[in-house]
Amino acid sequence: MRKYITDFTIVEKKTYNDTYFSMKLRHPETLPSIAAGQFVEVEVPGNKHVMLRRPISIHDVDTVANTLTLLVQVVGKGTRTLSMLNEGDKLNLVYPLGHGFSIEGGKVLLVGGGAGIAPLLHLSKCFKAKGIQPTILLGGRTKSLIPIQKEFEPYGNVYFATEDGSLGEKGFVTQHTMFSTNYDHIYTCGPTPMMKAVARFAMQNNIECEVSLENMMACGIGACLCCVVDSDEGHKCVCKEGPVFNAKRLTNWINK
Amino acid sequence: MLETKIHNLNLKNPVMTASGTFGYGEEFADFIDLNRLGGIIVKGTTGERRQGNPYPRMAETPSGMLNAVGLQNVGVETFCKEVYHRIKDLDTNIIVNVSGSSIEEYCKTAAMIDELDKIPAIELNISCPNVKKGGMGFGVNPEMAAQVVSEVRKIYHKTLIVKLTPNVTNIVEIAKAVEGAGADSVSLINTLLGMAIDVEKQRPYLSTITGGLSGPAVKPVAVRMVWQVAHAVSIPVIGLGGIASAADALEFLMAGAKAIQVGTANFIDPAVTIKIIDGLEDYCKRHGINDINDIIGII
Ligand SMILES: Cc1cc2nc3c(=O)[nH]c(=O)nc-3n(C[C@H](O)[C@H](O)[C@H](O)COP(=O)(O)OP(=O)(O)OC[C@H]3O[C@@H](n4cnc5c(N)ncnc54)[C@H](O)[C@@H]3O)c2cc1C
Ligand SMILES: Cc1cc2nc3c(=O)[nH]c(=O)nc-3n(C[C@H](O)[C@H](O)[C@H](O)COP(=O)(O)O)c2cc1C
Ligand code: FES
Repeated sequence: MRKYITDFTIVEKKTYNDTYFSMKLRHPETLPSIAAGQFVEVEVPGNKHVMLRRPISIHDVDTVANTLTLLVQVVGKGTRTLSMLNEGDKLNLVYPLGHGFSIEGGKVLLVGGGAGIAPLLHLSKCFKAKGIQPTILLGGRTKSLIPIQKEFEPYGNVYFATEDGSLGEKGFVTQHTMFSTNYDHIYTCGPTPMMKAVARFAMQNNIECEVSLENMMACGIGACLCCVVDSDEGHKCVCKEGPVFNAKRLTNWINK
Repeated sequence: MLETKIHNLNLKNPVMTASGTFGYGEEFADFIDLNRLGGIIVKGTTGERRQGNPYPRMAETPSGMLNAVGLQNVGVETFCKEVYHRIKDLDTNIIVNVSGSSIEEYCKTAAMIDELDKIPAIELNISCPNVKKGGMGFGVNPEMAAQVVSEVRKIYHKTLIVKLTPNVTNIVEIAKAVEGAGADSVSLINTLLGMAIDVEKQRPYLSTITGGLSGPAVKPVAVRMVWQVAHAVSIPVIGLGGIASAADALEFLMAGAKAIQVGTANFIDPAVTIKIIDGLEDYCKRHGINDINDIIGII
């Protein structure tokens, strides 16, 4: 899939709470096709302490309006600078990067946590387009850390798990009643311990599972070899061979 | 206007890409016309396939980054059998960065690359600070540096570039030693040994604790070293370290580099090399310079 470097314009910005915001970005011409799970490398403008681009998942795509949306959690200097941009500002992206999720049929469960919820919206829309209604399970420490809730409703049956019980069931996603062996495929993105727990469960129960990793990156295009995961076939670049991997290729990583 | 020469290599322009930052070139084909480059130095290649160091292998630091990739590469056999055939028809100088942890390993790799028609030169990396066993030892000591260069010289027949480490007290001494041992050119600098600590997690950012610093942060050190070496040796010098613009490239050329390499800047803007080439051309026009060689080493 061809990659591009393009100046987008921020056409809509939403701030959900202290930590989460989203930006809808318009392409100057026609957006190329983008698979769910692919990401962009965003140039962080106007902060001399941030040199490298930041990898951010593609949260939503609108091929009619030629926009894509990013959902970002503020964790440090780069994401904070991005949070201060406004509608009308330009943002330079290298995209679409990496290898996305497969869209396989049957009974499907999507499990997201934290900023890992981001790619699951585009993914659930892709399932809907194929006539599949996934079960969507979103988790976080507390209600306010699950920034978007209603957005998912048109695309699947949505459930929540919070550690303090402020939204949905109390506990981890892996303790939720909907987290069961009742699926053919599980797709997950979120904090590493969560993804490992989900993947371990899927493997033990012979359920196909795909995980989306968030390793630290420098180039995002397979040139620097900084972002590797210790896969069963040796070091693989998360930016190029991932970020989505079938859990079967990562038993080393899952069990570490 | 921008043509230049490194020993027997004719370069369309002085802009090449630095090893380990440009993959095998292919990764950048969507962004730029690779044939416009003066040269591509491909990933450091060793006698056997290597996995490199454990993750995490990089950290961003002020105006730069640390890396500890540790020479992950497919090994010389796979390079010759597979990678070479994918890139050999590019219309630019494709140069293989040869790394190793013993003289035998350097020689094995160099000999195999010598057989490849479309590879006109190697860049001998005697300076990688990441690999515990090798690299570092050769490049910091003039006798050991001369020894590995003279052994490779015996079996390698094309243009032999030797890449120097800045982690030494006297870089001129090392440059003269490798010139004396038969190097056709020297390139400098490789990364500066550095370290960074995540104070929240109370541990180093890199799995190897220390790693190589690159990017704009190292540029003044690199310009200084290029200037010192260019005045001390008679073989052509290739300059690199933190170059991100045509103005940066010009600093190295004026300090005495016949060509330059762009490394970390490729991560920030995958099309930066072309902007540098266009910027050099523009500079020459603005200053009425007909031949870029007229400004090389003017300082
Ligand atoms: C493929 C991919 C997709 C991603 N998608 C999203 C997304 O959709 N939304 C989103 O909010 N974030 C996403 N991330 C994570 C995001 O890239 C980082 O949070 C961001 O780079 C941090 O930059 P910063 O300058 O704000 O933080 P820094 O100031 O650089 O660091 C602050 C803290 O964040 C940690 N950190 C930095 N980078 C990462 C990382 N990649 N993973 C985990 N911790 C990190 C650092 O260790 C440090 O403790 C994704 C990462 C990858 C690799
Ligand atoms: C991720 C990374 C990998 C590198 N790998 C190699 C390598 O394999 N061989 C080598 O000689 N230099 C390697 N280098 C060093 C660069 O080629 C270059 O000397 C250094 O980064 C300074 O240039 P820069 O500041 O323009 O990046 C690497 C640098 C980086 C950042
Ligand atoms: S980030 Fe450079 S290879 Fe993945």
